[in-house]
Amino acid sequence: MTKKWTIGIFVVILIGIFAIPFLVNAGRVDGDPDVSLDTPQINALEVKECIEPTDYMRESHMVLLDEWRNSVVRDGNYEYRSQSGQIYEMSLDETCLGCHSNQADFCDKCHEYSSVDLYCWQCHGTIDEENPNAVIENGDDVLFTEKA
Amino acid sequence: MKVVGPLIVVLALVGIAWCCTEYLHWYALFGLVIPYVAFALFIIGLIVRIVRWARSAVPFRIPTTCGQQKSFSWIKQAKLDNPSSKAGVFGRMVLEVLTFRSLFRNNKVEKRDSKLGYTSAKWLFIGALLFHWSMLIIILRHMRLVLDPVPQFFQILEQADGFLQIGLPLLYISDVLIVVGLGFLLARRFAIKKVRYISLSVDFFPLFLLLGIAISGIIMRYGFRVDVAGVKEVMLGLVTFHPVPADQLSTILFVHLFLVCTLMVYFPWSKLMHAPGVFFSPTRNLANNSRAVRHVNPWNYPVKVHTYAEYQEEYGEKMKSVGLPLDPEVVSTNG
Amino acid sequence: MAKVPPEKELVSYSLKPDTTAEWMDTPTEFREGMFCHAAKPKDLETVDFPFPHKWSPSDEDWGLPENWKEIILDGMKDRLDKYRSFRLFMDVCVRCGACADKCHFFMGTGDPKNMPVLRAELLRSIYRRYFTTSGKLFGKLVGARDLTEDVLKEWWYYFFQCTECRRCSAFCPYGIDQAEITIMGRELINLLGLNTEWISGPVANCYMKGNHVGLEPQTIVSNIEFLMEDLEDITGKHIEPSFNRKGAEILFVVPSGDYYADPGIYTFMGYLLLFDHLGLDYTLSTYASEGGNFGFFTTNEMAKRLNSKIYAEAKRLGVKWILGGECGHMWRVMNQYMDTWNGPADFLEVPKSPITGTVFENAASTKMIHITEFTADLIYHNKLKFDKSRNDHLVVTYHDSCNTARAMGLLEEPRYILKAICNNFYEMPEETIREKTLCCGSGSGLNAGEDMELRMRGGFPRAEAVREVRDKYGVNTLTNICAIDRASFPALMDYWVPGVRVAGVHELVANALILDENDDRQLDMRMEELPSAVAKREAEAARAAEEAAKAAEAQSDGEPKEGDAE
Repeated sequence: MTKKWTIGIFVVILIGIFAIPFLVNAGRVDGDPDVSLDTPQINALEVKECIEPTDYMRESHMVLLDEWRNSVVRDGNYEYRSQSGQIYEMSLDETCLGCHSNQADFCDKCHEYSSVDLYCWQCHGTIDEENPNAVIENGDDVLFTEKA
Repeated sequence: MKVVGPLIVVLALVGIAWCCTEYLHWYALFGLVIPYVAFALFIIGLIVRIVRWARSAVPFRIPTTCGQQKSFSWIKQAKLDNPSSKAGVFGRMVLEVLTFRSLFRNNKVEKRDSKLGYTSAKWLFIGALLFHWSMLIIILRHMRLVLDPVPQFFQILEQADGFLQIGLPLLYISDVLIVVGLGFLLARRFAIKKVRYISLSVDFFPLFLLLGIAISGIIMRYGFRVDVAGVKEVMLGLVTFHPVPADQLSTILFVHLFLVCTLMVYFPWSKLMHAPGVFFSPTRNLANNSRAVRHVNPWNYPVKVHTYAEYQEEYGEKMKSVGLPLDPEVVSTNG
Repeated sequence: MAKVPPEKELVSYSLKPDTTAEWMDTPTEFREGMFCHAAKPKDLETVDFPFPHKWSPSDEDWGLPENWKEIILDGMKDRLDKYRSFRLFMDVCVRCGACADKCHFFMGTGDPKNMPVLRAELLRSIYRRYFTTSGKLFGKLVGARDLTEDVLKEWWYYFFQCTECRRCSAFCPYGIDQAEITIMGRELINLLGLNTEWISGPVANCYMKGNHVGLEPQTIVSNIEFLMEDLEDITGKHIEPSFNRKGAEILFVVPSGDYYADPGIYTFMGYLLLFDHLGLDYTLSTYASEGGNFGFFTTNEMAKRLNSKIYAEAKRLGVKWILGGECGHMWRVMNQYMDTWNGPADFLEVPKSPITGTVFENAASTKMIHITEFTADLIYHNKLKFDKSRNDHLVVTYHDSCNTARAMGLLEEPRYILKAICNNFYEMPEETIREKTLCCGSGSGLNAGEDMELRMRGGFPRAEAVREVRDKYGVNTLTNICAIDRASFPALMDYWVPGVRVAGVHELVANALILDENDDRQLDMRMEELPSAVAKREAEAARAAEEAAKAAEAQSDGEPKEGDAE
């Protein structure tokens, strides 16, 4: 480190490390995950709303699902009363995926975008690539479906 | 005062960020202007400080040798603790930077009447490792917010960090450890009298600030949650210079972000510069080979010396009296 | 010499100091016995140091020049640019406290300002106040304070309670070296003519006469001749040392303490006996008659001025390489500074042992090797025969001197020699040797008489480790390779661990060295009977007593002799 050029290299490397986010994204414009709500089930809905407000769902759907899981598995309780008073069945496959049958264009979009790893699909139904609109009841046989 | 002061400052920073976004809705300022300015100041500050160090000379080769020197083939050299080559220095620096080798050496002296006892003291080493490694992992994890697609390395890192699968969202081990580490480093500044005595307000401030950052981050995950995809949109907007309005994001995010910005601005002008500084430490980054290879001092200058000629002139008679040889060449040139 | 309080009083301190008041608000009290006398003006004048004047540390008024603050701050600025170590060590400390209990002065006084971190803060607080924006703006809040006369006095008091031993630096996660900070602090202090008598005196001596103790050439010669007479009495060999001889192969440089005073002189006799035995072509110099360098305890420039004599003399005499004696800070200077200051020594050759043919590549540029390297190499090549039993009266431990340990790494060579020459060798506790070695407490020019309490306190941790091996293994000899150790340890041992003698490694080498088949020495280097001689004498005495008893018995068989009743 005594020679000036060694320090120069050090500074360049240091700045380079901090510049990585800017460099790798250079020229990129669009950062939107582009979530799709275009499924037959949603399209068929009269009022396009989820079981809870969108903001809440965006931030806290994982908490809701966690509560559902505990409620169903531990207490055998399948009924969920939303803030608006509606009753829904606590079922990822039936309720959630019932509307959002496009896992690849809905769940995965954001999860891949934000790199949030999840283990829902280790047990629950996933999308048959051949027939994207068909939900497989029990995902045993397609535990780790290859995603395109 | 040296404790309460910094704490109040950090709490005030939290309050400012909270009020300005929650009530005043200054989203553009806190989500756009301040982050850009802070990052720029961080980079500029780093360069200024490093260049200032670099401009100071290294006149002498002064490594602290912590092991056997290189002498004979039949005496084993401590190649890492007393390096004589660039490779050895590299190894020493790697161990120092990544594993805090010198801190590992730490011991504690205790006195009982007229006896001294040395005991192992690894707590500081462990606490420091916990904090710094957690911090590194957390920073790396945050790369997912500015990289799209997220490279596999960061995904694996995140999975590893959350592999305990506690709670939902998954608990990150590094989140727990950074708070434990910071808490320990803070606690020892209170608990150990000697350390409390030498501590300044500027020792407490970074600890409170980092704790604030860590805690606000944890709250963001487990308390007031934020829409991660939305955060990423904003972050990507910043790094691509195509800012996205940040007004739909939760207030807690702005608190977190503002504290991070404060840290970035504060970093280059504080003791936190120990991080790049350790690379420049002449007692660590130089090889102990100054007898084999001459080290050049860039400002070496001639000095006034007492020459042999002067010496012989002054003591020549006395030298002669005991039969010491006089140097005729010196006498003639000086005579 | 100042009176040192009894041991009980000295150890009554606590390592958990009272820390109720902030350190900045704690005034410095100059305690008698803890500091040295002020430098004498004439010594400073000899070497053209600034502001020679009469003053005393215990005075209220130190006779500072009008613009002293400006001088100090300009001096700091200058050095911040010249020494990256200084600037960096001002900037990067995080006050983690790892160094706090590593300093022998803290371990021996409990004075919190002797924690290396705090001793450095004494200077750092001024750096912040005048050289950083935050310090200028926020002052005390960020640990900055104004430069006042009290601060200057505090510097003086505590920078002369640091022996530049670098132990703290081994433990610091950033390698911050208090020695560097003390060196800078002392440089600044010297800008105002404020050194100590015990440092500036030897510096002036060394500048004019070539050695710290101020011996003129004729005295050096007669001193050494006197030692050779003793050596002849011991070994029967007449040795003619050579001085200032042109064309010798090797210039031999030792710390002046080695030919000046007990017990260094025994080490010196050891060197010369070994050289004579080998038939080495060496010369001593009266001009470069000092290996040590008290200039190093004043300013870098002064150290360079004193050091210049060694290469200059090597060049004048036309030697091939330089051999250095057993000394501590001398070797810090030789290893880390000499070549940079006064090199390149391209008029010399890479040292090569004429006996073994070993080329000392590790000194390829400086062209100077340490005598324990030279001797270890001889032993490794079986060039020396030893009678280890001649050191059987000694139970030996070895003290690594700070500088050879932490500024060089000369750890195994002396141990290799010791294990070859004595039967009873025991190490002190692991935490007190090698790179963790504890200072004698008197290094860097603190080995005066008037600061005896400071020395006894600073040396306490070392002495305590010696006491442990004395009690455990019966150690009675503390060996070392440092002239300041040899000068200061006797007093330290007398105070804390009576009965332990202090010896250089080459004293023991000479004891054990078998010169030829007729070498049946009876005395060691100190003219004390060797164990074999004692055994022989005792055996003879026993035999004589036995014979006398037999004779008496034979007589008493006849008639009782008068006086037997008595």
